[in-house]
Amino acid sequence: MRRCTLTLLASLLAAPAAAQAPAPIALVGGTVLPGDGAPIEDATVVIRGDRIVSVTAGGAAPAGAEVLDCQGATITPGFVGTQVPLGLVEIGLEPSTVDEAPEDDDADPIRASFSVVDGYNPTSTLIPVARRWGVTSVVSTPSGGLVSGTSAWLDLRGATLDRLLVEERAALHVDLGDGGIREGGGARSSALNRLREAFDDARLYRQRRASFDRRGLRELSISRLDLERMSEALGGDFPVVVRVSRSHDILRVLAFAREQGVRLVLAGAEEGWMVAAQIAAADVPVILQPMTNLPAQFSQLHARYDNAALLHAAGVPLIITTEGAHELRNLRQEAGNAVASGLPADVALRALTLEPARVFGVDDDYGTIAAGRVANLVVWTGDPFEVTTWARQVFIRGESVPLTTRQTQLYERYRDLEQVPRGLRGLPRAP
Amino acid sequence: MTPKRLFPLLLIAAVACGGPPDARSAADLEPPAPPPLPWERQPSDPPAVASPLVALVGGTVMTAAGRTVEDGVVVMENGRLHAVGARDEVPVPDGAEVIDVSGRFVTPGLIDDHSHMGVYPSPHVRATADGNEMVDPVTPGMRAADAFWPQDPQLPRAVAGGVTTIQVLPGSGNLIGGAGAIVKLHLGRSVSEMEFPGAPETLKMACGENPKRVYGSGRQSAPMTRMGNVHGYRAAFQDAIEYGRGFEEWQAEHQSWQRDRQRYDAAVAAGEIDPNAADPGDGPSDPGPAPLPPERDFGLERLLGAIQGRVLVQMHCYRADEMARMIEVGQELGFRIRSFHHAVEAYKIRDLLARHDVSVSTWADWWGFKLEAYDTIEENLPLLTQAGARGILHSDSAMLVQRLNQEAAKAMTAGRRAGIPITEDQALRWITINPAWALGIHEQTGSLEAGKMADVVVWNRNPFSVYARADLVFIDGQRVYDRAAPNPVYRTDFEVGQDLELAPEGDR
Repeated sequence: MRRCTLTLLASLLAAPAAAQAPAPIALVGGTVLPGDGAPIEDATVVIRGDRIVSVTAGGAAPAGAEVLDCQGATITPGFVGTQVPLGLVEIGLEPSTVDEAPEDDDADPIRASFSVVDGYNPTSTLIPVARRWGVTSVVSTPSGGLVSGTSAWLDLRGATLDRLLVEERAALHVDLGDGGIREGGGARSSALNRLREAFDDARLYRQRRASFDRRGLRELSISRLDLERMSEALGGDFPVVVRVSRSHDILRVLAFAREQGVRLVLAGAEEGWMVAAQIAAADVPVILQPMTNLPAQFSQLHARYDNAALLHAAGVPLIITTEGAHELRNLRQEAGNAVASGLPADVALRALTLEPARVFGVDDDYGTIAAGRVANLVVWTGDPFEVTTWARQVFIRGESVPLTTRQTQLYERYRDLEQVPRGLRGLPRAP
Repeated sequence: MTPKRLFPLLLIAAVACGGPPDARSAADLEPPAPPPLPWERQPSDPPAVASPLVALVGGTVMTAAGRTVEDGVVVMENGRLHAVGARDEVPVPDGAEVIDVSGRFVTPGLIDDHSHMGVYPSPHVRATADGNEMVDPVTPGMRAADAFWPQDPQLPRAVAGGVTTIQVLPGSGNLIGGAGAIVKLHLGRSVSEMEFPGAPETLKMACGENPKRVYGSGRQSAPMTRMGNVHGYRAAFQDAIEYGRGFEEWQAEHQSWQRDRQRYDAAVAAGEIDPNAADPGDGPSDPGPAPLPPERDFGLERLLGAIQGRVLVQMHCYRADEMARMIEVGQELGFRIRSFHHAVEAYKIRDLLARHDVSVSTWADWWGFKLEAYDTIEENLPLLTQAGARGILHSDSAMLVQRLNQEAAKAMTAGRRAGIPITEDQALRWITINPAWALGIHEQTGSLEAGKMADVVVWNRNPFSVYARADLVFIDGQRVYDRAAPNPVYRTDFEVGQDLELAPEGDR
């Protein structure tokens, strides 16, 4: 069931693709950082349709291929944005443009059935901005409440869901940070109890669905649709991502996940380094923002720059994210700073590519540059994490996508002020 | 500040005591000088600073003054830069502590002209949220310095990012928020131990969405619209103009009183009148005590200072149309804007900003958090620089302030990507001498030039790299950060004892 969307989509795409038989594309001469192995110098990457068909060192481009000279360039898998509401927010302070959470302050804090795909806006101007800097997919994530809802994996190309949706339910998201605790009653125990009750009810619902339909169960604490979604999480259909900061809270969440039998992913984990061994022992991946080093809350007094490096050293799989959807172009800066603080560069790259693909269950298709994978890749002018390089070319599903954004169009408009309407003062002077 | 506040009293006392009566006739007397005004402060020399004689030798010296020197030498002592140049130009003085910085990069200390550190500290809790006096949209009497918490854990982390001077501003909830505090980041026990010596006063003002959201949407009170915003500035500055007029009238009255006093004293001295007699005789009458100055209003005084040019206006404003309007409003009321802050649409009016010499403090790429921040472009700073306007990269964030060098690099890169050839020296100015200019301290700091304050950073590699880290930070010649030292980031009082149950591993 997990990858039915993509399989279906692939077969839909296959029909017109076969009719047109597009010429293969060969990226020749660049250095490929495949995402899960050693760099390949002087590489030849061949793309046909939406897939990568081969990656070789010094290989020849196939006959009839469109050849792109990539000498001096670095080629990476496309980056994946995670734990951000891309497509769900246009203007942060304009509620009519925000679909990452219900607007109502009194909304039920448990909203497992809140689904990102219902609100996702593929024409958001944020998407081209992220793409211009090498982000090709996103796990668009809801926020707020105690249980925020489900995220979706989407490719950043296309105006309709059928062209861009990869995984409708990538994960269920829970917030046990300061915000979630407040929504769950204002104390850690009340929030965890709320959550425990919801999962217990979902388990009962899962075990005795027929009784539920006959109204033969005790009163349950959450709605039918929420029960459905949480029951799927209990069944292992998708992981449960829990936002949590404080070291001891992380231990409580590890225990909670074990008790409930859900597949856990930690997000935030600003104090993760303090309990790195326990996180590693539980084989739980962590989504984090490496530049977070301030004691910004009492729940993260021990935040530090080398959190990522220390977690990695303990054996914790990492996904790197950034501040929010508008800031996705800075994923690479987050990664670069993690490297400067001791994270190996290949691990940082994996944290933007293969690791999110693995954690959200699409690693058969995404996350590396290898034969058979979806051709989401980026040609960089140099080191992909360096603040003085940029993406020369971005491929999504085998297609070189325009790097135009609303912002570049505004730049073009204002590049020459003589071309901008300027009222009477802008009119040509009378002779 | 204390002497300034006492000044009117001292003045009155001095005048009342008077000098020896002049025996010359009233007609011969010089017209009396107008009494000094309370806000006229005497310039004071910067305090003498003791710091060791240090020579940084062999690095690439990026001066932010148009020159990059390979294999350079920077000499500093007693708080000042003594010499900056190539190895064959600048001898290493005898007795200097020589620090070999070959392979490394030397820049001026970075300056952030938009910070809320100390008034919105970490952790973010109600108890220390001290940056926005949102009880009245016009609060020019507030001073960020009065709320600044020098134990904010954000401060030493900014130092580790190579930042040596910041402007701490009141927030933008009010139309006129109050005075900024210019502080150097050698940490102290009180703001007075950190204040930049001799920096001019600054004034925070705010355009656009924030004030109208706080008051109009939040409280159904003025300002509710951008019309209300501008009306608020006009009314406040008009009050200040009238406040100044009140003092001018007092000065004139006081001069006339002094004349009467002199005439009267002269008549008494000449024996023309006898103040003790029942009938003092024909002549001038006793003018009585000196006229009192108008009631002092510290807020209006600061606004008046903006009109007089002694207070530098720092105006939060995003949209091009609003910035253009504010330049006109300033002209109408008589004040100049020193820097527009945030100013994501500055590129649209860069010709205007260059012509009026208004600087622009902005980010590399922040956008979209509200509608007035929707038209950000990555080329904003490059276009401004190309047009001859003064661009500044500011943080407004305790996170971003730690990476001003990277943010400048991103803006430089965006320019290059678009074909605007920004040099590293130009990009360095965005985070050094240009913010120094916005704060009126550019003759003291902001570039590596002999005679300036020894505010210097040594980077482990080119600072326009994501991998660059500050190795050494000097403020007034004092080494305030050394990455190689154990626990190099100073732990503020707040942080002490938070880790007693933690295993002692690694550096913080």
